[in-house]
Amino acid sequence: MIVYLLCFILFLVGLYGVITRRNLIKIAISLSVMEFSSFLFLALIGYTEGGVVPIVDPADPVKTYVDPLPQALVLTAIVIGLATTAMLMAVIIRIYRKYGTFDIREIKNLRG
Amino acid sequence: MDTLIPLFVAVPLAGAFLTMILSRFVRHLDRYLAAAVLLFLAVISFRALFTTGETVSVYKAGGWEAVNSIPIGIYMVLDGFSAIILCIISLIGFLSVLYSFSYIDRFTSQNYFYALFCLMISGMNGVVLSGDIFNIFVFLEISSISSYALVAFGVGKNELEATLKYQVLGGIASFLILFAIAFIYWKTRTLNLADIRTVLGQGHDHGYYLLIQLLLLSGFGLKAAIIPFHAWLPDAHSSAPSPISAMLSGVLIKAVGIYVIIRLFFNMFEITEGMAVVITTLGTLSMVIGVFLAIGQWDIKRLLAYHSISQMGYVVMSVGIGMLLMARGIRTEVAALAITGGLFHMMNHAAFKGLLFLNAGAIEYSAGTRDLREMGGLAKDMPVTSATSFAASLSISGIPPFNGFFSKLIIIIAAVMARFYLLAALAAIVSIITLASFMKFQRYAFYDKKPSAVKEGIREVPVPMLISMVILAIVCLLLSAVALPGVRETILTPATDILMDQMKYSSQITGM
Repeated sequence: MIVYLLCFILFLVGLYGVITRRNLIKIAISLSVMEFSSFLFLALIGYTEGGVVPIVDPADPVKTYVDPLPQALVLTAIVIGLATTAMLMAVIIRIYRKYGTFDIREIKNLRG
Repeated sequence: MDTLIPLFVAVPLAGAFLTMILSRFVRHLDRYLAAAVLLFLAVISFRALFTTGETVSVYKAGGWEAVNSIPIGIYMVLDGFSAIILCIISLIGFLSVLYSFSYIDRFTSQNYFYALFCLMISGMNGVVLSGDIFNIFVFLEISSISSYALVAFGVGKNELEATLKYQVLGGIASFLILFAIAFIYWKTRTLNLADIRTVLGQGHDHGYYLLIQLLLLSGFGLKAAIIPFHAWLPDAHSSAPSPISAMLSGVLIKAVGIYVIIRLFFNMFEITEGMAVVITTLGTLSMVIGVFLAIGQWDIKRLLAYHSISQMGYVVMSVGIGMLLMARGIRTEVAALAITGGLFHMMNHAAFKGLLFLNAGAIEYSAGTRDLREMGGLAKDMPVTSATSFAASLSISGIPPFNGFFSKLIIIIAAVMARFYLLAALAAIVSIITLASFMKFQRYAFYDKKPSAVKEGIREVPVPMLISMVILAIVCLLLSAVALPGVRETILTPATDILMDQMKYSSQITGM
């Protein structure tokens, strides 16, 4: 149970960073932290106590296997996460060129 | 029909890829390729709409059959409800591409624009057709990432700021959805929507169930910009290039937001009264607050964006009323009426809001401003834009004979018959405020010539833009016919049936 709790704390750390940080790069890092907490959670739910790699061995049919599906899901999610992070960083670099700052308080053209 | 299902995803994906490669060699190939892709999608999606009827067709990717009647592999499902959304996506998409022919001329790297556009279409079609919850997430991310890029397409200060907000909030929404998927998989050990329904039907822990529902509602609510989650929408929709605003407002928030919420809460979860109350409340709040935020705006596109929130509130509210009645198990014919009204309003909103954003783009293209105070008297210089935007304004404010009137009428009648008199009154009042807001838009933009705002040389926009605006105006009129009894049965009734019949969706897919 404690691992799930730690995973949730990691999520909250990321959320805290997104809400309180002023620097755009730090916001991007916090988003990545949140992202990885959800990957970790997905990987954890596939784990079975005492499970082994899911390669079926006809000689020993009663083995416990870990669930391989969440691992496939995590791989897909990591690739998606890479794309979103790259996109976010590209936008942040463009913002730095236009505004000359990473401070989110200075970036407030749109309101209302 | 089921052999055509993967084409909805594969064709635009291939189109995006080919656009990037071939347009380096052939000039202007990108736009014609994108238009051809969207035209093809429009043809097959309308064919799907008229042939699907009550059937639920399933395409199993890779031909993986169910083992012990437990579905494995990736399922793509086409039913009456998804056929409607597919038609909306491809029709508005095609007209936006046609409009972009001239509009996008002032931007560089146009091939990226068309490639990203095809990618966004592919993602939305995937979300709508997907039969398992993880693929919904994957396709959702495909359409989201391409829409982040498209919002920032102008790479000015405003566009970048808007896309940053959109990305941070969209990212948080994605993680909430991913957590919900993990929680669902933890308990049910399956990802297929129909199978999850079967497993959850065998008994579940209520607190856990509520947690999943709330996570999914807030995740997809962020994507759909329902009111507590709406902060990104006005910025993103007003900063994007106009054809993209039309796509985002007319299609994206429906396909990846409202559609998924309705699909999950009707066909994957069992309807509970508490959740129905939450959804109805959120819908009512969006409807009322959205219109009050809209009325003070002077930027045309920002005004339209706030109206999107308000009109989506109508859809969510009427679907919520339907859920509430179904949860109580009383007056199911009124529930069917409410859900029909909601779906009908969703179709109508795609047509008139798409048209309004295209009009706003046309005004910006010719007059060079989006501020209502700086324009005036455009009716004389831009007669077609003026006429089509007049049609769209009447449509959104619910004036007969335009489509908006009939869907709002159905929603209000359903609310009265369900004895939610307060909601019916609020819907009518919001409609009147919408009318006021659009009278302001019409007056300041097209009539009421001010001497300070007189500009020389404002001309009507080029022909491709005109064609797509005129077609959408005609669609606005024609959609009224969907309310007629004969047409309603072929288009709206199958969609309502699949949502109303609690077990039909899952039993048709799992084959039990």
